[in-house]
Amino acid sequence: MKINRRTFIGTAAAASATLSAPAVLGAAHGRPKVVVVGGGAGGATVAHYLGKDSGGAIDVTLIEPTRRYYTCFFSNLYLGGFREFESLGHSYGTLASDFGVNVVHDWVTGVDREARTVSLASGGSMAYDKLVLSPGIDFIEGAVEGWSTASQNKMPHAYKAGSQSQLLKAQIEAMPEGGTYAMVAPPNPFRCPPGPYERISMVAHRLKQINPTAKILILDPKEKFSKMALFQEAWGDHYDGMIEWVGPDFGGGNVSVNPDTMEVSVDGEIEKVDVCNVIPAMKAGHICEQAGLTEGNWAPVEPTAMTSRLDPNVHVLGDSSQQGDMPKSGFSANSQAKVVANNIRGQLTGSQIFPARYSNTCWSLVGTNDGIKVGASYEAGEDKITKIDGFISQTGESDEVRKQTYEESEGWYDGISADMFG
Amino acid sequence: MTGKKRQTGKSIRSVFLASAVLMFGAPALGAGDIERGEALYGKCIGCHQVGEGAVNRIGPQLNGIFDRPAGTVEGYRYSNGMKRASADGLVWTREKLDAFIEDPRILVSRTRMSFRGMKDEQDRTDLLAYLQQYSDNPSDIPEATPRVVGADHDLDPAVLAIVGDPAYGEYLSGECAGCHQDSGANDGIPAITNWPVEDFVIALHAYKSGIREHPVMEMMAKRLTDDEIAALAAYYKDLE
Repeated sequence: MKINRRTFIGTAAAASATLSAPAVLGAAHGRPKVVVVGGGAGGATVAHYLGKDSGGAIDVTLIEPTRRYYTCFFSNLYLGGFREFESLGHSYGTLASDFGVNVVHDWVTGVDREARTVSLASGGSMAYDKLVLSPGIDFIEGAVEGWSTASQNKMPHAYKAGSQSQLLKAQIEAMPEGGTYAMVAPPNPFRCPPGPYERISMVAHRLKQINPTAKILILDPKEKFSKMALFQEAWGDHYDGMIEWVGPDFGGGNVSVNPDTMEVSVDGEIEKVDVCNVIPAMKAGHICEQAGLTEGNWAPVEPTAMTSRLDPNVHVLGDSSQQGDMPKSGFSANSQAKVVANNIRGQLTGSQIFPARYSNTCWSLVGTNDGIKVGASYEAGEDKITKIDGFISQTGESDEVRKQTYEESEGWYDGISADMFG
Repeated sequence: MTGKKRQTGKSIRSVFLASAVLMFGAPALGAGDIERGEALYGKCIGCHQVGEGAVNRIGPQLNGIFDRPAGTVEGYRYSNGMKRASADGLVWTREKLDAFIEDPRILVSRTRMSFRGMKDEQDRTDLLAYLQQYSDNPSDIPEATPRVVGADHDLDPAVLAIVGDPAYGEYLSGECAGCHQDSGANDGIPAITNWPVEDFVIALHAYKSGIREHPVMEMMAKRLTDDEIAALAAYYKDLE
């Protein structure tokens, strides 16, 4: 068995993170090349598994702009004061040093699918035999009237973790006594379905400590949302009277904002708020569209190995993909990545390709030691990924069960981090 | 494990208990209630054997644990955390055992022992009184009849006998590795690295049939075939 392969090939380790690597790669080696775009739950996991399992037989490059990656999952816990910001940060050093992954910190600006190359913002290009796109999400401009990415410093989305998370936290903590935090929630489909509502719970938790008369307003275009009964129960239990949810029947779907005046219009009624967290409608990461791999807002893939329906040499996974029943989540992307890695390795080296199996679990923290979860297992169906089985936490569960669920979620964070970054 | 052994065990045990009373006078060290301790030991038997014929399972066997240097049971593969504690000179005195049982990870960080801890002091005192029987007088170790992992399952022996394919297990383990860390670290989610095959197979079948309850694990196990469970067990047994 291969488990002890930590010492193989030193090549890419030393050269990692330098931009000279692409030029070298073009000619010499006979090794098949995989380029992975995006170092999140999907991309980092693919690179990790390809490096770990191919024993150096595949030349693996991971292209990710940031040197330190902050996970979007658990960033709500940072907002709530349950985690330090730095605990969300991870680097790619182990993928490079122990798994032979060539880590390149750059932006991919284009994909030439004919020539099978990607071009980089710093100049130059890189050849691939198989391309994996896992760029996460981008926002649809104009989705919330009055908001654009140019206004994200006044009205943060904090739906890509990092400085946006820090900004939102600072704004929440600077709210005047009795002030109002408003969230403009996104329409389906979007990254992390319980995410906005976990965030509401965490913001409420923080405000209850520092600003107990503050108000929270959720403007939601959806009739219902993930784990709705569980969240509503928790809001009643922990933050009674603090949170108002405005669904589409009461104008939640007819919202515009003015970042300069910090005003929100709900069905024409103007409200002044102190923090406005705008989470706009989402689409596949921009590079998918640029590569011509999207139909509508997302990149369609077939269910057995997340292969693009428009190009058999490209796999799209995670949030950007349109695959069927799986929610857009870090857990899903991580699960899909292992199927993709096994498949690519089989195609390039002849190793055995096993049938796809996918799963997902989303934990949410709703209060101190109060965790809830929802999850399901999936398989490759006829023409989409299909749900087999699932579970969800129940309302009225004991404190002990909820505490265990929370502790389990902390364990999962450590587990998926190790599975992504080695 | 067999009926025969059980009978012998019982007779030895009654003799021993009598002598224990003679030796210490009642109540013994720390005023622990041995019978209560035996009941509390139910929390441990999923992983640890103690008594005559006890062998290492998910955790090391516990005969002679008192005053033994940590991490020294022959043939048991310890976590790096426990190896470090051992190198640092940890010895299982009564006080250290008490602290470990109260909260394993506070005493030995990154231990593989997936136990949430026993907060009640009297509970710990009773449990240790029970365990101490198996340390004070090693030549007279009483057999602990119901202490054997896997004795209370009705799994078809043919299922237990399946020899798993570790290569397939490695692929399948991708589904486990998102939560269960290969390193054996276990904050919040138990470690499954280096489990004996039989324990692994029994545990997954128990989830599959719903005897063991956990929503994520029941869902995961439900779609695993007998061969797939065996493959995973074969893979995790030797994971380094």
